[in-house]
Amino acid sequence: MAEAVMSGVRAPAARRSSLRAIARRKPMIAFMMALPLILLILLLVVYPALYSIHLATLNRSMKRFVGFGNFLFLFKRDTFWMVVKQSVIFACTAVFFKTLIGIFLANFVHTIPTKGQRKWRGMLMVSWVIPTAISSITWFWLFDPSYSAFNWLLAKFFGTAPIPWLGEPLWARFCVILVNIWAGTPFFMIMYLAALKSVPEQLYEAAAIDGANWWQRLWYVTLPMMRNIISITVLFSLIVTFANFDIVRILTNGGPVDQTQIFATWAFQVGIQGNDIPLGASVSLFMFPILGVSAYFILRGVRRRSQEI
Amino acid sequence: MAAAVETASHIRAARRGSIRGSRRKALFWSYFFLVLFVVIFLAPPFYMLITSLKSSGEISAQVNPWWVFHPTLENYLGLLTEPNFVTFFRNSAVVSLCVVAISMLISVPAAFALARMKFWGSATLATGVFLTYLIPESLLFIPFFRIFAFLRDITGIEFLNHWWVLIIVYPTLSVPFCTWILISYFASIPKELDEAALIDGAGYIQMLTKIFIPVALPGIIAATIFAFTVAWADFLYPLAFTTSADQLVLPVGIVTTLIKGDVYNWGQIMAGSLICAAPPLIIYAFLMDYYIAGLTAGATKG
Amino acid sequence: MAQVTLRSLVKRFDRTEAVRGIDLDIADTEFVVLVGPSGCGKSTTLRMIAGLEDASAGEILIGGELVNDLPPKDRDIAMVFQNYALYPHMTVFENMSFGLRLKKFPKAEIKERVEQAARILDITELLQRKPRQLSGGQRQRVAMGRAIVRHPKVFLFDEPLSNLDAKLRVQMRTEIKKVHQKVNTTTVYVTHDQVEAMTLADRVVVMNAGRIEQVGPPNELYHSPRTKFVAGFIGSPAMNFIPCRLEESGGGGLTVRVGDGLVLPVPSGRTASYRAHLGKELILGLRPEHITEAHPHAEPGTAEFAVPVDVVEPMGMETMLYFAMSGTQICARVSPETPASPGATVNLLADLRHMHLIDPTTNQVIEVPVASRGNAQPSADATALRRGVG
Repeated sequence: MAEAVMSGVRAPAARRSSLRAIARRKPMIAFMMALPLILLILLLVVYPALYSIHLATLNRSMKRFVGFGNFLFLFKRDTFWMVVKQSVIFACTAVFFKTLIGIFLANFVHTIPTKGQRKWRGMLMVSWVIPTAISSITWFWLFDPSYSAFNWLLAKFFGTAPIPWLGEPLWARFCVILVNIWAGTPFFMIMYLAALKSVPEQLYEAAAIDGANWWQRLWYVTLPMMRNIISITVLFSLIVTFANFDIVRILTNGGPVDQTQIFATWAFQVGIQGNDIPLGASVSLFMFPILGVSAYFILRGVRRRSQEI
Repeated sequence: MAAAVETASHIRAARRGSIRGSRRKALFWSYFFLVLFVVIFLAPPFYMLITSLKSSGEISAQVNPWWVFHPTLENYLGLLTEPNFVTFFRNSAVVSLCVVAISMLISVPAAFALARMKFWGSATLATGVFLTYLIPESLLFIPFFRIFAFLRDITGIEFLNHWWVLIIVYPTLSVPFCTWILISYFASIPKELDEAALIDGAGYIQMLTKIFIPVALPGIIAATIFAFTVAWADFLYPLAFTTSADQLVLPVGIVTTLIKGDVYNWGQIMAGSLICAAPPLIIYAFLMDYYIAGLTAGATKG
Repeated sequence: MAQVTLRSLVKRFDRTEAVRGIDLDIADTEFVVLVGPSGCGKSTTLRMIAGLEDASAGEILIGGELVNDLPPKDRDIAMVFQNYALYPHMTVFENMSFGLRLKKFPKAEIKERVEQAARILDITELLQRKPRQLSGGQRQRVAMGRAIVRHPKVFLFDEPLSNLDAKLRVQMRTEIKKVHQKVNTTTVYVTHDQVEAMTLADRVVVMNAGRIEQVGPPNELYHSPRTKFVAGFIGSPAMNFIPCRLEESGGGGLTVRVGDGLVLPVPSGRTASYRAHLGKELILGLRPEHITEAHPHAEPGTAEFAVPVDVVEPMGMETMLYFAMSGTQICARVSPETPASPGATVNLLADLRHMHLIDPTTNQVIEVPVASRGNAQPSADATALRRGVG
């Protein structure tokens, strides 16, 4: 199509102005190529996001404007503050352990001979590749109150009494975080492995000659070199973990008594199942601040990194 | 070697810390922890496989749950003869393939334009693409829910509870990241290559189809895998927008319909889960390297 | 006929001016090399000829036709890039024929042209390979082949050899010269390497800070640089620049006083040209090969002096001596049998028949008519030149 436009314009155009015409046409062609993307972003992301702000200011039947009424209502409810607390605990704990385990796993994989790395990396990635909903249902089965395979192992080797994995608030919180760590760690490992590969080998040799041991090399060479990519990954994962839905929804459905509810699951319960769309929208909007702050820092990190490279 | 010049009293200490010795120690611990973590990470999928091969009698029997004593394929056969499950699979497959096609059609030209042809606002748009990628679905499903109801009132077309509505919403998850990956791939193609093509007489469309797409094929493969995975695995949108059994996709179908009331047919659920997990696993087994390259390129360059 | 003409060519990027008004006439079949330090605007000039950059002002004519507004593909040029820019997913044959295929040439002609070019470049057996299976030198040949098959009016080379190792670079240099002799197409070649410029060019264009410093055949640039920049840029090791003062000696002659003690006589033929600068602070330019070991049969126009040597660099064919004089480091080129050692004082001979005097206020070399220079030793000069640039 663009070809037709180009040849169509050139024939009558005066020679002197044809390059200018190309210069003008080039942004036009580029704009046309990007137009579907622009429309998608505007219509299917920006508009719904803004619309959700509008929704949050309506009453339950969506007929009347209530301003900050929904938010004020939320602030007065204990469940809301519990959800805030649980979301923060959930996201921070999970991201912390994902980072920690990710760094260690990446180091282990990086240490072994290159030939075998692909195989180990592949095995460690399985948990990340399986759709989260599917692995969550598997974990749900592993945590089953009467047939829990974990309880069987614990009873067999330690004689422990059956643990009510998803039945008690504390254990349930532990479980949703555990599954999130299990599913998300490989992503961290991959990112850190890539970062590790970009650290020049000579630095390690120099550190070894300086007498640094494994820990010191990790602390003084590896981590400083990876600082930027670690922060990008952490912030990015913070957003994803904060907005998580599948794991909590399937494992506990927020229970017992809303003790494991996080923003996304509670918004779903209030908005879709409770049929109070404005309140659900208000709940989900509370993800905006953490999102905005993280996005700002990620963008800064990415820019910095691309300048370094 | 450095140890050789040390005084005798230091030799033993030096040897303990010698490069070969510490290397061997590092290797040992690396393998030790790798084995440990692989066991932990693979336990659930392994348990999935084991359970899927058990009869319901064996599942409820008080025997070692981590092993199957009388393997049977009855769960798989049961699923294949269950019309609902076949529908789920078909819905998932059609949705995923459509989403992959749409994502590529949108993101390849857009990434080319953003990586190579500056136009007014192109830098802002590139940033916008990245920010869009960061907006989670859990923020958008409620407004979408309302917008679909609203559209029904205007157009008379029912959006909710139709599997094809997912083809409309999934690109919001896949396109931004696909575009982002492809921008960094296209940007890494040397500028001289387009200049050579320009001198050879290629137009922008030919430059894209004859040079950029073939050269950036690894990136395109990575983007395709990503789009497919997102569409195949998503749970929130189908859970919110589809309810009838014949409109569900695999993850939601398995979680909601195979659990009938309080009776969990775990053998069948795990068999279904394994079937659902298989396509992504197979794709990653063969194309992992492309995907990892794309993922890390997308996150580190820009 | 494909002459290339640039008239008052200017290129501005945002606020900086990369090319500040260039006038150049390149004759048909001529091989012209643009040379200069990085950022001097040579590549930008080439890219404007190619049509990859828009000229901000001025005119570009190829074969007498104004091409300012033509896209690259319609300018009938071919370009060889520094990193070769071979399409990695295409075979050598496909790479070379891509332009012809886009122009919908008949298959038979494409095949004939590619094979002919492959024969010229000796890459016939590589035609079915992909670029990644080729060595650096082979890629370079393919890149040239891609240019040749199009039978363009003008070849443009953008630092084509700088990605090759030193040995291969020399080999490919000869190769490029051979190809030019075979296909005889007007060529514009950009490099930062003055050796490449000197060996390849019919005419060298020395550029600096967006302007042309001097245009001329290699020998002319070497022997009669017009500016301090050209004098220092052409030749390796570079010309020595020594602050000096032009003074009157008895009997109507002139001398240059270097530093505090050393007084060197100016050859008599040059006095007329230099007299106007009497008493000024100037810069004496003298190439290393014109500071040699003292020998008993000193000719007129030379002057002997003794200095303590700082560094001795044996190069095999010759030895470089470095010493300090009035605050600058000076290089002398002596025979490898020299007994000089660091710290020792040696007697050296400055051959002032090859001197240049530079006015530091204008950075121009004070002009001396060729006839009155007093350095009529063409054969000796030729060897000096070869050593100077090799």
